[in-house]
Amino acid sequence: MTTTADNGVNVQALLEARDVLKGAPEAAQFTWRATSTWEAGVHSTTRIQNFFGLGQEQAHKTEAVFDADHPEVFAAADNGITPIEYLLVGLAGCLTAGIASVAQNRGIQLRSVRATVEGDHDIRGILGADPDVRNGFNDIRVTFTVDADASKEDIEALVAQSQKRSAVFDALTNPTNVAVEVA
Amino acid sequence: MLERGRVANSWRRERWDSLRLLTPNWQTRLPGAHYAGPDPDGYMTRDDVVAFIDGYAAASRSPVRTGTEVTSVRTADGGYHVTTGDGVIACHTLVLASGACNLPSVPALREAVPASIEQLTPFDYRDPARLPDGGVLVVGASATGVQLAAEIHRSGRPVTLAVGEHVRLPRTYRGRDVLWWMDATGVWAQRHDEIDDLERARRLPSPQLTGGATLDLNTLAAAGVTLAGRLAAIRDGHALFSGGLRNVFALADLKMTRLLDAFDTWAQATGRDGEFAPPERYEPTAVPASSRLRLDLGSGEIGTIVWATGFRPDYRWLHVPVLDAKGLLRHDGGVVTASPGLYGLGLPVLRRRRSTYIHGIEDDAREVIGHLAAHLGL
Ligand SMILES: Cc1cc2nc3c(=O)[nH]c(=O)nc-3n(C[C@H](O)[C@H](O)[C@H](O)COP(=O)(O)OP(=O)(O)OC[C@H]3O[C@@H](n4cnc5c(N)ncnc54)[C@H](O)[C@@H]3O)c2cc1C
Repeated sequence: MTTTADNGVNVQALLEARDVLKGAPEAAQFTWRATSTWEAGVHSTTRIQNFFGLGQEQAHKTEAVFDADHPEVFAAADNGITPIEYLLVGLAGCLTAGIASVAQNRGIQLRSVRATVEGDHDIRGILGADPDVRNGFNDIRVTFTVDADASKEDIEALVAQSQKRSAVFDALTNPTNVAVEVA
Repeated sequence: MLERGRVANSWRRERWDSLRLLTPNWQTRLPGAHYAGPDPDGYMTRDDVVAFIDGYAAASRSPVRTGTEVTSVRTADGGYHVTTGDGVIACHTLVLASGACNLPSVPALREAVPASIEQLTPFDYRDPARLPDGGVLVVGASATGVQLAAEIHRSGRPVTLAVGEHVRLPRTYRGRDVLWWMDATGVWAQRHDEIDDLERARRLPSPQLTGGATLDLNTLAAAGVTLAGRLAAIRDGHALFSGGLRNVFALADLKMTRLLDAFDTWAQATGRDGEFAPPERYEPTAVPASSRLRLDLGSGEIGTIVWATGFRPDYRWLHVPVLDAKGLLRHDGGVVTASPGLYGLGLPVLRRRRSTYIHGIEDDAREVIGHLAAHLGL
């Protein structure tokens, strides 16, 4: 393993965190938070800044604001991307972060990492036009183009390992308990 | 009248041993025949139903040709050619009364179940003693699913019940059978052309009722049945359940309460409120502290999957283009308008909500056969 690769990921810090949290599972409990507000029509804005982790309240450096709306073909104002498209953002972001981290850990220098993410969605489900059609994605395809100092097999192994440790890949491929309540 | 088996074939061959009707005896009627026994509020066993229909066939001297299977129906000469084991019958009009529940509907994900697990449909299931040892996963929590889950659990096998959208009802309300209320308040008389979303009404799952005490999910959970979400996928030998259990509970609780509200309003409006016990409301369906999301089908925890995922008709013999994309008969209140002279009877919400049940046939048959007679110019 070479140690000259620099993908800008502080792997040392991550490995130390792993060792510390092994013995302190309470500190490993994070709660991510978003608050959203209806704007008009099917447009909403969601703000994210604070989260909980390492036993205390934490905050991002700045607040991020996301507009969610629907395109004009849905007879909407298109003030932002469709909520389900945010899942593609999350998946691409998570897998890419995983590739960079794993590559760093394996001493592989990355030059470029690009992904195309496509989700197939039969909208008869959400329209209630056919009860046998599910509401969510039927299929998601991700294609990575990675330029790195590594063999094709090593790059494939990077991409495989990034899925194995991906929060969003897990959230999309496995069920999650979801509780929605009226305050 | 052609029947491939014997009279009441579906009740003889396609029901499990302990099945009782979920409709009370007083409601189990056929044109001109009703229950006259000592227990009008009881529920017939499967054998009682066979005897009731058998007796009706004899008393009405129905010209049933038993043991005569229809293998093909085609249009011919302005009418129909019906092919049976003993030859072809030509007719001007034809009534399809072949049933709505000829085959169990099982989701395609059954293919992914490991071979070590025994898979049963309600047509294969007879009684719990015949199941392999070990736990049982019952998929589907409508009438069939809750009844089988309760019975299998009583046999001492651990049961997990996968729950999707369902219809929750108490067995009795304010001292009367809940189906009495449906009848009295006119829910069951609602006509097909008055229902907003007829397609939805026709595919509504059967209510969580049994011929006995209330059998809702709280009852099952209290008895020790494990509730899981809808079976969403089987992947790498693991069953994956939806995390949306809380919402299917909430939907069913809300709908039940709305129905009970309507009963109370009716009782007030008709001045009959005093006849009944005071209104009651039931505990919301309790959400398990953490609902099960996955089950390793290779671990030996369960040995059997029972698919209580509904039934569908079998029209493989019908070579007239009158089925929709889902294989259901396209008809307008039993009149197959696309093919003059063709009729359907005995289908869910055919002309009224009660058409789904045995006692729905009386009005339906009169009206559909009225149309048929007019078609023949009688
Ligand atoms: C599990 C279950 C429980 C039910 N519980 C109740 C209840 O509690 N109360 C209630 O009112 N209703 C209940 N029902 C509904 C009830 O079964 C129907 O309302 C009623 O049986 C409909 O009668 P039918 O004669 O239309 O159909 P079926 O009873 O299905 O009879 C159709 C007949 O057609 C014959 N047939 C089919 N295809 C052919 C062919 N190609 N050639 C010749 N013959 C053929 C079959 O052998 C069968 O005898 C239940 C249904 C099921 C599946």
